[in-house]
Amino acid sequence: MRLGDLVLKVRSKNAGPFWVTIDIFCDRPEIFRQVRDNLHTRAVAELYRVPEQLLKRFDIEDLRVVKFSIPRPVVQGSAADRDMHGAQYAALLEEYELD
Amino acid sequence: MPTRVLVPSGVLGLGFDRKALARGVAMKPDIICIDGGSTDSGPFSLGAGQSKYSRAATKSEWRILMQARAEAGVPLVIGTAGTCGTDSTVDWMHDITTELAEELGQSLKIARLYSGQPVGRIARALEAEDVTPLPPAPEIRLDDLTNIVALAGAEQIQAALATGADIVIAGRTTDTATIAALPLLRGDAPGGAWHGAKIAECGALCSTNPTSGVIMVDFDTDGFTVEPMAESAACTPHSVSAHMLYENSDPFRLYEPGGFLDVTGARYTALDQRRVRVEGSEWVPGPYTVKLEGARIAGYQTTILAILRNAHYVKNASLWVERLTAYLTGEIESRMGLRQGAYSLEFRLIGVNGALGNLESRSGDPVEIGVLGIITAASQAVAAEIGKLINPFVLHYPLTDSEELPTFAFPYSPATTDRGPLYEFALNHVMRLNDPMEAFRIGLSQIGAEVPA
Repeated sequence: MRLGDLVLKVRSKNAGPFWVTIDIFCDRPEIFRQVRDNLHTRAVAELYRVPEQLLKRFDIEDLRVVKFSIPRPVVQGSAADRDMHGAQYAALLEEYELD
Repeated sequence: MPTRVLVPSGVLGLGFDRKALARGVAMKPDIICIDGGSTDSGPFSLGAGQSKYSRAATKSEWRILMQARAEAGVPLVIGTAGTCGTDSTVDWMHDITTELAEELGQSLKIARLYSGQPVGRIARALEAEDVTPLPPAPEIRLDDLTNIVALAGAEQIQAALATGADIVIAGRTTDTATIAALPLLRGDAPGGAWHGAKIAECGALCSTNPTSGVIMVDFDTDGFTVEPMAESAACTPHSVSAHMLYENSDPFRLYEPGGFLDVTGARYTALDQRRVRVEGSEWVPGPYTVKLEGARIAGYQTTILAILRNAHYVKNASLWVERLTAYLTGEIESRMGLRQGAYSLEFRLIGVNGALGNLESRSGDPVEIGVLGIITAASQAVAAEIGKLINPFVLHYPLTDSEELPTFAFPYSPATTDRGPLYEFALNHVMRLNDPMEAFRIGLSQIGAEVPA
């Protein structure tokens, strides 16, 4: 199932010019557990093509949120940047097929 | 001492609910604080030292806040004035304030807090090993930076408030510094002061009605209470605690000058349907460092946009761009003597992977494709010349040698647009200070209507 169809919302945004942070709002506790257990850090690193060890992951049970922070694949505003606010990066995770 | 801070919105220039603001003023805040910027729109503002928001929007909202300040009789503070908080945008904000003081008949003492950093100071700090990179930091090069700012914390805002100013126009500050400054000065809990400031810094984004803007935070020695001022909005333990996620790479830790905030132990309690009480956040003191931001010109750009609507070309757009690029590279070299590396020419396919580039995993069957050509060169003249050179080929280049010359859709004339300088962020570092005011300065002025002697 597509992650975006399972959860309430997937949101991404810059966290300063050098990082982008992605929040998965799972809403319900059982969905949170499903995402926490089945969405592997390595898969997310591959999706955004960043080394797995640079990716920060937070499983926040109280909020039913799984959060990833990654060094921006290209620095915000550099010649190669395509998305100044980093908000479209979320689409990749939204469309990710979760087992 | 309990401290009541009114935050009209997340940033000056985006609007707020005026009824909610009036309700906030009637609740007698001790200070009114608003943010004036961030790096979120990219490096242009910092690089050029200009506000991203229009002067008209800024002035119309600032007028309302200056009137609210006069009514409340408390200081009004803006942080990161003019989007980037350079000395030039602090002065721009001061000009607007002076005009308004005259129009409103107000007599005011203004403190300007300057965060701009001369290159020499950063060079000396580097030599003294007082500059530390934050991952992932670009390699430090100071020779061509157009602007450098340091992010002020609570101490510098407190120094500006200590002048007795009615209005503080601050250059670059952390998002939270203006809000945390007074509660910290009055002895409220440091963990609560920074945490409450982080919750309120985006205005009503921590509530169920983000566009209403206005938020009130009551700080005390045990924590803080947050309440939205719009009747249609509510703060819930979820809306408040979830705000720590926003634009934050670590939702439990927030680094500030002089330490970091740790919210791991924070407890969020609903006091009623719209107010949330937060206790248990911790402030962990550390070395006094300020974050640095800098920008440089990384080239000059000219762009060209063509739209492919013909199905044959839509289907083969990637191949077409590949052939076109190879051809143009040769033309630019033979006609202008410019080799690859002396400039860059990139075509992006809007409708294929315009937003995500090589990260894109989906493909489809678009009706049309926008081909955005971006030229980056060492000067605007060279970028513009390349633009003119490639223009007829972007219009007419065929997919194969045997077919008739196509003509694509240019949406305007001339087809090229000179974009001016391309700025890039050049620093992700912190600088250690012996004294918080060592890298900042305060200017004072008396403006507006004459006060009778």
